[in-house]
Amino acid sequence: MKRPRGRRETQSLILAVVVVFLLVLLGILTKGRLLAPDSLQSIAFQLPLLGILTLAQMTPMLTGGIDLSIIATANLCGVVAAIAMTRGNVPPLGAMVFGLAMALSFGVFKGLLIAWVSVPAIIATLGFMIFIRGVSLVLTKGYVIAGFPGSFLFLGNGTLFGIPMPFVVFFLCAVFLFVLLARTRFGTYVYLLGSNPVATLFAGVNNGLVLFATYLLSSFLAGVAGLVMIARFNAAQADYGEYYLLLTVLACVLGGVDPAGGFGRIPGVVVSIAVLQVVATGFNLLGLSSHLASALWGLILLGVIAINRMIGGVET
Amino acid sequence: MALLGRIARSTEVYLVGVLLVLSVVLFLLNPKFATLENIFDVLRNNSFLGIVALGELVVLISGGIDVSFTAIATVAQYVMGVLITRYAIESVFLAFLIPIPIGIALGAFNAFLVNRTRVHPVIITISNLNVFYGLLMVISKGKWIYGFPAPFRDFARLKVLTLVSEKGVDYGLSIFTVVWFLVAVVTWLMLRYLPIGRKVYALGGNSEAARRAGFDIFRIQLFVYCYIGFLSGLAGFVHAELNQMIQPNAIVGRELDVLAAAILGGASVFGGAGSPLGVVLGVLFIAFIKNGLILMKASAYWHQVIMGFIIVLAATLSAYQQNLERKRRKGV
Repeated sequence: MKRPRGRRETQSLILAVVVVFLLVLLGILTKGRLLAPDSLQSIAFQLPLLGILTLAQMTPMLTGGIDLSIIATANLCGVVAAIAMTRGNVPPLGAMVFGLAMALSFGVFKGLLIAWVSVPAIIATLGFMIFIRGVSLVLTKGYVIAGFPGSFLFLGNGTLFGIPMPFVVFFLCAVFLFVLLARTRFGTYVYLLGSNPVATLFAGVNNGLVLFATYLLSSFLAGVAGLVMIARFNAAQADYGEYYLLLTVLACVLGGVDPAGGFGRIPGVVVSIAVLQVVATGFNLLGLSSHLASALWGLILLGVIAINRMIGGVET
Repeated sequence: MALLGRIARSTEVYLVGVLLVLSVVLFLLNPKFATLENIFDVLRNNSFLGIVALGELVVLISGGIDVSFTAIATVAQYVMGVLITRYAIESVFLAFLIPIPIGIALGAFNAFLVNRTRVHPVIITISNLNVFYGLLMVISKGKWIYGFPAPFRDFARLKVLTLVSEKGVDYGLSIFTVVWFLVAVVTWLMLRYLPIGRKVYALGGNSEAARRAGFDIFRIQLFVYCYIGFLSGLAGFVHAELNQMIQPNAIVGRELDVLAAAILGGASVFGGAGSPLGVVLGVLFIAFIKNGLILMKASAYWHQVIMGFIIVLAATLSAYQQNLERKRRKGV
C-alpha cells in the first residue's frame, strides 16, 4: 500500500517541475508575453472549460469507470438553456435550471444502467454520448443558436473583482469536489470502491448508490461546463468541443488519476489542466499550430508515465 | 470455455435474427432496400469500417483496446498519397504496399509502450492518437491530396461480380467488400487455429494465468497491436480508394463508431470474448440501420438518437443476460 502512494507523489512532483519548466521556457520564447497580465487573463478565461469538464470526468475515473458522454451532456445542457432563453424568453436563471435538469435526467438513466444493471461504463456512456448528441441535433436541427441576454453572458465573459467569471465557477467546482472527495463519507466510498468494489460491498457500502451518485455528479458538472461554454461563445450547438473528450481523460491521468480507479486528487488534476492550457496558450502566442500542442500533450503524458516508471517502477 | 463458446455463438445467432427482422422491416418500408444494387453499395461503403473493426476485435479479445487506429490509418494513407502523387507511382500494388509497414510500425510502438509502462492501453493509445495525428497535421498542414494516377482511380471501380441495372448502369460486388470478408475469414482462421490466436484469447481471458502458463505476454501484445496496425494501414488504402481523396481529418474522430460496432458484435471490453463473424454482423447492423434511415428519408438528426438508443439497449440486454447467467451459476 505504501508504494503506490509514494509513486503518485513522485508523479505530482514531476508534473510540477514540468509546469515550471514549461512556464519558463515558453515565457522566454514569447519574450515574457506569456506572463503578461492580459495573456494570464486569457488563460484564466480559457482554462475553466477544459477544467470543469475534466472535473466531470474525474469522479467516474476514480471509481474505475469512465464517462464518454460528458461533452454531449454539456452541449445538451447548453442547447436546452439556449432554446429556453431565445425562444421561450425564460430568464437566464430559469434557463440554467432547465439545462441542468435536462443534463441530470440523462444522468439518472446513465447512472441506473451502470450502477444496477452493471452495464460496463465505457459502453453505456458511449451509447449515451451518441444518443444525447442526437437529441441535441434534433433540437437544434444542426444550427447554431445565438444571441443571449447580457446578464447571462456575464457568466462567460464578465469578471468578479478582476477575476474572470468562468475561472470563479471552475474554482468553486474544484473546491466543491475537493471537499466532497477528501472530506465526506461519499468521497471515501468513491476511492474505496475504485480500489476494491468487493471489499466495499462486504463492508456494507451500497456500491450501486455510490456509482449512481458518481454519474449524476459527472452529468451535473458537465452541465455547468455547458452553461459556461455557451455564455463564453454566446452561442450553443450540438457538437461543440468534441475534441475535449479524450483530452479530459488525458488531463486526469496526467494529474495522477489511476484509470483503474482508487487514486487521484484534485490538486494534481488542477495542475495538469494548467499544464495543458499553458502549452496551448504559449503555442498560440508563438503562432505555432494547435495540432503541435496536441501532439505535445500526448508526448508530455507519455513522458511523465515513462519517468514515473523509471523512478518508481522497480516493483516486479 | 464451452460455456463461453455457447454465449458467443448465441450472440451471433441473435444478431443474425435481428438482422433478418430488420431487413424485412426495411424492405417492407422501402422495397429499394432489398435490391442487390443497394446491398452491394452498403457493403462497399462500409468496407473501411468493417476492416478496422476486425482489428479492434483482436485487441479487445486480448483484453486491450486501441483508439489510435484512426490516426494510424490516416498517417499510413497520407504517406501513401504523398508518395504516389509525387512520384506518379502507376502500380496499384506498389501503392498498396506503402501503408502496410507504416501501420505495423506504429502498432509496434503502441505495443511497446503498453507493455513497458503497464499503463492502461486506452491511455497509451489516446496519447498516441494525439501524437500521430498532431504531428501529421503539423507536417502536412492539413492539405488534402487528390488527383491520383489513373490505375489507382480505375482500381476503385473493380468488381468481382458485375451486373447491369434496369437503367443500364453497371453495379456489382466491389473488390473492397471482398477484401473485408477475406480479412474476416483470415482473422477467424488465425484466432481459431493458429497458436497465436489461442494465446490472444488466453491473455484476454486471464492475463495472470497466461503469464504463469509461460506465455510471452509481450509477444502476444506485439502481435495484437501490430495486427490492428496492419489492418489500419490496409483500411487506409481502402479509404483512399473509396474516396479518391485523402483528407487528414476524414478518419480521426470515428474511433468510437468502430468500438460500438465491435461491441454490438459481441466483443467484450473485459477481454476474452468475441468473434469475427459477430463483428461483421455488428458492422452490418449499424450499416443497415443507417441505410434504412436514409432510404426512409428520415431526417439525419434522428440517426444518432436511434444509434445511441440501440447501443444502450444492446449493452443493457447483454449485461442483463450476464447477470442472469451469474445468478443461475451461483444457484447450481
